[in-house]
Amino acid sequence: MLLLFRQCDDFWCAWQHGHVTSAAPLEIERTESAEEVSAVPEPDVPWVTIVHNDPVNLMSYVAYVFQTYFGYSKDKATKLMLDVHHKGRAVVSSGSREEMERDVQAMHGYGLWATLQQDRK
Amino acid sequence: MPGTFEPLPGGGAAVALDDVEISIIRSLAVQLLELIGPGPAEDASGDPFAELFADGPSEPPADPVLRRLFPDAYGDPEGVADPKAAEEQKAYSAEFRRYTENDLRAGKRENALAVIRSLDALSSAGDGGAVLKLSPDQSRQWLGALNDLRLAIGSRLEITDEDDTDLLYRLPDEDPRKPMVMAYLWLGGLQETLVSTLLP
Repeated sequence: MLLLFRQCDDFWCAWQHGHVTSAAPLEIERTESAEEVSAVPEPDVPWVTIVHNDPVNLMSYVAYVFQTYFGYSKDKATKLMLDVHHKGRAVVSSGSREEMERDVQAMHGYGLWATLQQDRK
Repeated sequence: MPGTFEPLPGGGAAVALDDVEISIIRSLAVQLLELIGPGPAEDASGDPFAELFADGPSEPPADPVLRRLFPDAYGDPEGVADPKAAEEQKAYSAEFRRYTENDLRAGKRENALAVIRSLDALSSAGDGGAVLKLSPDQSRQWLGALNDLRLAIGSRLEITDEDDTDLLYRLPDEDPRKPMVMAYLWLGGLQETLVSTLLP
């Protein structure tokens, strides 16, 4: 265990200073064909907050965040979490652009990967 | 059980940690603090009010860990937008970043600091370990910090899809990533059990 601690330090350090780093961004598997998304404002079209899958966030934690922040029931939070996990993304809230920016900021605070866009459907 | 948070009667959570575990978490939290830093927009004068009103950065951070902790708010990671839409999304993301990133950095710093403070307040049980007891508020701060630490380590380990995690479980002992992987998995266990104490 002592070794773990010492080596952790070294590697983290090396990574921090870019010795072992790679600039590969976190990407999720591309399971769907690329859809064009534009943030061109269109009045009357609601905005949505989308949470994207990533392999680091625990499923239980993601469901916890949906319950805690949005006040969703356990069932709804679990369903949304599973959508994120299996489909790669889920719309977790909708409303005005300002509201969605607030939600996205909150998601980033929790460490979830979220974006907002105008709902095209 | 070691490495496992258990709910406390009346709220909160407790975990038994040995001295080495305490120093690992503390060291990682300190490194996270250093990495997050005050942010590029902090006023050099050290005037706290200047920081309060300072705009955040508009460019995404260069470091991949920071880019994961503070991602762009606009833009579809799966889709390829046409150049005009991409430009627009970049501009919106920049504006969002200016108004939010300083607050986000402050929140993550607070959580990491809460972890360090609660570890420093531990009194030894005499046998090289201690029982850490967290209030519900502290539990939430720990939860956020544990998640940020796992995001940071996951990013350094370049975990980008589920298969990467499976591969990490099978790393040979001599792999230089092994210690960090062990820390990553161990923190995952801590986070998982801490979440379960917070869920109704």
